[in-house]
Amino acid sequence: MSPSLVTVSYIGATILFILSLGGLSNPETSRRGNVYGIIGMTIAVLATVFGPRVTLGGLPLIIGAMAIGGSVGLYAAKKVQMTQMPELVAAMHSLVGFAACVVGFASYIDTSIQFTGAEKTIHEMEIYIGILIGAVTFSGSVIAFGKLSGKINGKPLLLPARHWINLAGLLIVIYFGHQFLHAETTAAGTFPLIVMTIIALAFGVHMVMAIGGADMPVVVSMLNSYSGWAAAATGFMLSNDLLIVTGALVGSSGAILSYIMCRAMNRNFISVIAGGFGTGGGQAAKTGEQPAGEVVSVSAAETAELLREAKNVIIVPGYGMAVAQAQHTVYEITQHLRQKGINVRFGIHPVAGRMPGHMNVLLAEAKVPYDIVMEMDEINEDFPETDVAMVIGANDIVNPAAQEDPTSPIAGMPVLEVWKAKTSIVMKRSMASGYAGVDNPLFYKDNNRMLFGDAKKMLDEVLVALMT
Amino acid sequence: MALTIGIARETYAGEKRVATVPEVVEKLIKLGFSVSVESGAGDGANFFDEAYSAAGARIAASAAEIWSGSDIIFKVRAPTPDEVAQMKAGTTLIGFIWPAQTPELMEQLAARKVTVLAMDSLPRLLSRAQKMDALTSMASITGYRAVIEAANQFGRFLNGQVTAAGKIPPAKVFVAGAGVAGLAALGTAVSLGAIVRANDTRSEVADQVKSMGAEFVKVDYEEEGSGGGGYAKVMSEGFQAAQRDMYAQQAKEVDIIITTALIPGKPAPRLITAEMVRSMKPGSVIVDLAAEQGGNCELTEPGKVVVKHGVTIVGYTDFPSRLSRQSSTLYATNLLRLTEELCKTKDGIINVNMDDDAIRGLTVIKDGEITWPPPPLKLPTPPAAKPAAAPMPEKKSAHGGGGGPKPAKTLAILFGIGAVLFWLIGAAAPAAFLGHFTVFVLACFIGYMVVWNVTPALHTPLMSVTNAISSIIAIGALIQIAPPLPAGIERPGFWIGFLAFVGLMLTAVNMFGGFAVTRRMLAMFRK
Repeated sequence: MSPSLVTVSYIGATILFILSLGGLSNPETSRRGNVYGIIGMTIAVLATVFGPRVTLGGLPLIIGAMAIGGSVGLYAAKKVQMTQMPELVAAMHSLVGFAACVVGFASYIDTSIQFTGAEKTIHEMEIYIGILIGAVTFSGSVIAFGKLSGKINGKPLLLPARHWINLAGLLIVIYFGHQFLHAETTAAGTFPLIVMTIIALAFGVHMVMAIGGADMPVVVSMLNSYSGWAAAATGFMLSNDLLIVTGALVGSSGAILSYIMCRAMNRNFISVIAGGFGTGGGQAAKTGEQPAGEVVSVSAAETAELLREAKNVIIVPGYGMAVAQAQHTVYEITQHLRQKGINVRFGIHPVAGRMPGHMNVLLAEAKVPYDIVMEMDEINEDFPETDVAMVIGANDIVNPAAQEDPTSPIAGMPVLEVWKAKTSIVMKRSMASGYAGVDNPLFYKDNNRMLFGDAKKMLDEVLVALMT
Repeated sequence: MALTIGIARETYAGEKRVATVPEVVEKLIKLGFSVSVESGAGDGANFFDEAYSAAGARIAASAAEIWSGSDIIFKVRAPTPDEVAQMKAGTTLIGFIWPAQTPELMEQLAARKVTVLAMDSLPRLLSRAQKMDALTSMASITGYRAVIEAANQFGRFLNGQVTAAGKIPPAKVFVAGAGVAGLAALGTAVSLGAIVRANDTRSEVADQVKSMGAEFVKVDYEEEGSGGGGYAKVMSEGFQAAQRDMYAQQAKEVDIIITTALIPGKPAPRLITAEMVRSMKPGSVIVDLAAEQGGNCELTEPGKVVVKHGVTIVGYTDFPSRLSRQSSTLYATNLLRLTEELCKTKDGIINVNMDDDAIRGLTVIKDGEITWPPPPLKLPTPPAAKPAAAPMPEKKSAHGGGGGPKPAKTLAILFGIGAVLFWLIGAAAPAAFLGHFTVFVLACFIGYMVVWNVTPALHTPLMSVTNAISSIIAIGALIQIAPPLPAGIERPGFWIGFLAFVGLMLTAVNMFGGFAVTRRMLAMFRK
């Protein structure tokens, strides 16, 4: 293939990638969107392999690498549980980050590419930045993966003077960047490059370690964004527009998701990255007034009774449902109630779960039709007409203190107004407070009932009670 | 000087309503008006002269005194030519006028140089206008009364009962058209214990029907029947055929049919044919609320109750008047709300403010000049469906910090920083870089536009697909693995090859895994 043919193939692939993201605007068109993505990727890879930059001698290596990686990928995609999606996504981010590093290093030691003057500086800067972003993405994603899969404690790890550590790291990176650009030979430049990579890796670890479990949606989407920027930087390095465009698409997608997640928690991006709720928020929580009132607990049978007599039910799932793997039981209960003509819907808070859209995927897996799964803003007005609002394994996202108590650490965060329903039922393992360390006045409200126990076990009991 | 509100007796045969009730008279007086009521005006609705005078109204002995002596006249039905002739110039008349159907009356009123507010011309979509919406209050009374009328004619219980003498199944009621009257009818029928089904061509009312405890029967044909303004439109031939089948089926099954189907400005649609009536069980009842517009049932006789093929067909056209005390009270309240709007100063003087959308719509004649029909309202049309491009619901910005346009100052600073950055890049970078940079910036914008359109439900698939796409970095590894080397150039081929191989392998995991898992996830999303 001639270089021009390769270029037009790349343009085609770019268009297909854009269509692929555009298809996700609606579940109906999303499947086709994915197919566009696959076609685009195939075109891009084939055009490159058969293009002028690859000789036939490389084919065995290429096929070998693709076969190994591809089978691992397909196996993982097939085996992964829907509750483990956040881990899978984080793991994949780390691979992109690592690949960006590797390609960057390879590009640096490649003597067949020669530039002079400003072009050389720009090229080396691109390498430096590309490896930097790639390394941060890699180590950050590895830690995020560890936290999401429970291999690393989800609590934020806060080193003393951590902001100073980060600042020092940044200065060192800039200093070595300067050294790197002025290195006479490739060998002389390697040392600064390696030092920077180590610092970047350490920074990635440090950054994600300081972030707590419920801020994970932000982190996951932020790393998503980074992996895109890493690809874009690689594109600059290799003067390849396809990489630049794709990287920019992915990067802005992740950035928007991070922004949406931050807004759903009413926090700004910097404060999420700078540290979890455990810091300033923890102390403020204690100064807040102890909610007055009594906690009324109910049994599974009573819950079933309440549901049976309701006309409108809204279920609010949270991370607890994912942990307990209760989505299938939830679906069976939903189906049972719907057959009786009860209007059952789901209210999803944007940050429910551990990644954007996590709950939607779980419910979809359990065959819940997506047209009864509503976003927070779609359903919040309907709570006053709702007979029963059932909260499954969620806490902060239904906390009325966010609206009622201006001193609360989560004040101003948009929440699902379940307390406006005639009755709300909260399923929880214990009275422990949520991630934000804030007591939840919802539990003490007159119209609230608590159903203590493991979500899956309790829901099974509710289902049995409904069937009889 | 405070104006006088006159309430004349309704002269239309059989009309029992009255335009105000004693309770409301007190409130009108508090607004600064004086009120005159024609003697015997409220008799039909069981509001007697003593009650009015106790509330502070003056009782006028004759109709002429009201018509010629009042500044504002409250009426239910449109006035007769005789009554119009007695009005003095400058009077304001408020009541049901139906300007489209009564052009002669409009001419007469205009000739008298009066101002007329027609309660039937209220722009009903204005939420502010709902408190004055007399059509709605009359329609809900009609719906209620229709069920009572049907129960009266029907020879059985409506609710199911288990008695010592045996089990009685509940009656089945079918309501055609779920507008205000239809919803009121089905609510009443549900509360009486019947099994209620309803149908409407406007699919958006299905939820309202269900929320009232009734079942929504779908027509097996895809077409949306909203004709704007909350009314239905005329449907296509195919739809009508499917609808006929559904009605024929329902006619065989149910005991009571209440039809409320109306299309503005058109004769009522014929929903129930003679054939369907014949197929109904003997003793069944049809209440046709569209009788005045020709009836939804072929055999309806307006104003009468007839029995055909063993089925009682009620074609009354005066349901609100049959519940005169209730309808008078509601109507009087609607008029009171309107008066409050007209007299915001509470000094007994009204101001017919033509800049107010609600008042503008109501006013059909202003000082002798016909102002009907009003110019179309500039209403934010309710979105047909959920807007596809929901750029993050901004509604909750009261709680969230974000949302809304940024203040101009911040924006200016952002632009300033952007300009400086671009200048720096432009000053330092070589041309080749700028080409790529252009592509990069434009791609960021495309990404921004495209991703805002992604529905929040699909955020996880979005992440996994972007993940798969970012494996495009494989191209970087591919072109490093075995490039054609110009003669004479040495390169550490082994190391590069090794690094590229690793890179390619890792990105292949993403490439295949990412698309496969997205596919798996998307396959699960179903309706």
